[in-house]
Amino acid sequence: MLKIKQFVKVSSIEEAYELNQQKNNIVIGGMLWLKMQDRIINTAIDMSGLGLDKIEENDAEFRLGAMVTLRDMETHKSINEYFGNAVCDAVKNIVGVQFRNLATVGGSVFGRYGFSDVLTVLMALNAKVELYGQGIMSIEEFAAKPYDNDILLHVIIPKENRKARYSSVRNQSTDFPVITCGVSASQDDYRIAIGARPARAVVFSFERNTKLQEMLDEIDKKLVTESNNRADADYRHRVALVLARRSLSEL
Amino acid sequence: MEIKFILNGKKIATEIGADTILLDLLRKYKCYSVKRGCETSNCGLCTVFLDDKPVLSCSIPAARVDGRNVTTLEGLQKEAEEFGAFIADQGAEQCGFCNPGFMMNAIALLRENANPTDDEIKAYLAGNLCRCSGYEGQLRGIRAYIEYRNGVNNVR
Repeated sequence: MLKIKQFVKVSSIEEAYELNQQKNNIVIGGMLWLKMQDRIINTAIDMSGLGLDKIEENDAEFRLGAMVTLRDMETHKSINEYFGNAVCDAVKNIVGVQFRNLATVGGSVFGRYGFSDVLTVLMALNAKVELYGQGIMSIEEFAAKPYDNDILLHVIIPKENRKARYSSVRNQSTDFPVITCGVSASQDDYRIAIGARPARAVVFSFERNTKLQEMLDEIDKKLVTESNNRADADYRHRVALVLARRSLSEL
Repeated sequence: MEIKFILNGKKIATEIGADTILLDLLRKYKCYSVKRGCETSNCGLCTVFLDDKPVLSCSIPAARVDGRNVTTLEGLQKEAEEFGAFIADQGAEQCGFCNPGFMMNAIALLRENANPTDDEIKAYLAGNLCRCSGYEGQLRGIRAYIEYRNGVNNVR
């Protein structure tokens, strides 16, 4: 059971960062995964009053505040037109509308959950994260890092004229995914992200002139999958290649 | 800590604990339509509107509703009564435990999309679990309500 001793709605990012340096303090996003844990939190840091709940767009990028909900991403017309509905496809099977109205992109990304559809699609789209302390870095670099006390401010999706597709396999439609696959192609490259391996998503990049079978052979060699109670490693591996083949063929 | 919020149109000022969950606070104010189901954010029984968006009250710290509007089924009496009659007509309420959460979310759907397709209805209500009905009666009830609202067929 989750126990919170103090709840602070911060008035600045500096205040949030300072509080977050102390042991047993934590920034809360949608709090959906956190509430499932058995732990005592000294101070729950609430950043919902900092204006980080907006999706901004300019000629170069989409900029998502950490408190943007998955439902905001699902229904954002411009993002979904730009990426061929890939973002909507990635989040639409996550539990239900009420859940997605609470779950935040910041919570999903900072948690770096293995089961995350959000991490997979953002990796495929070559997204970056903006952290208060460490600045901007690629999402795959961030995903590979251990947890620390920095604060995620924004997720940035560059406008690189990427065509994108997202697919996943689930044992039941609103369950955690068994395997996820996001692919995208720009003028220069392909990016193929595989998540729910069940470990954290990984991304494979290829030059744009690489042949489909060469990409699949390379993924086959390098992709590491594991077993859990949803599926075994071999099944995941095979299905990942099928999803990658289908999605790349559709681009 | 003290919070102030609007519950079903009434101003509330109350003391809460740092880890008070909205569901518990609402039931303290006799909003018994808000049910405790799975407590894993999956079943939709505890659905309420927070600033007109459907959310899971089992998963929101009550501190987060400070300064905001919360609506439960008790606050939607007329709209809920009218819609509920169509669900009852189909015998779709069965044990009734999931009904308040289901009705809140169905009303949210129809406010967003007045004429949803069956696929849109199923997608929107995917987060409302029912152990009795198999969902077909609920789907028929929603369709009948939409037809009634559109004046296509007076089924009552």
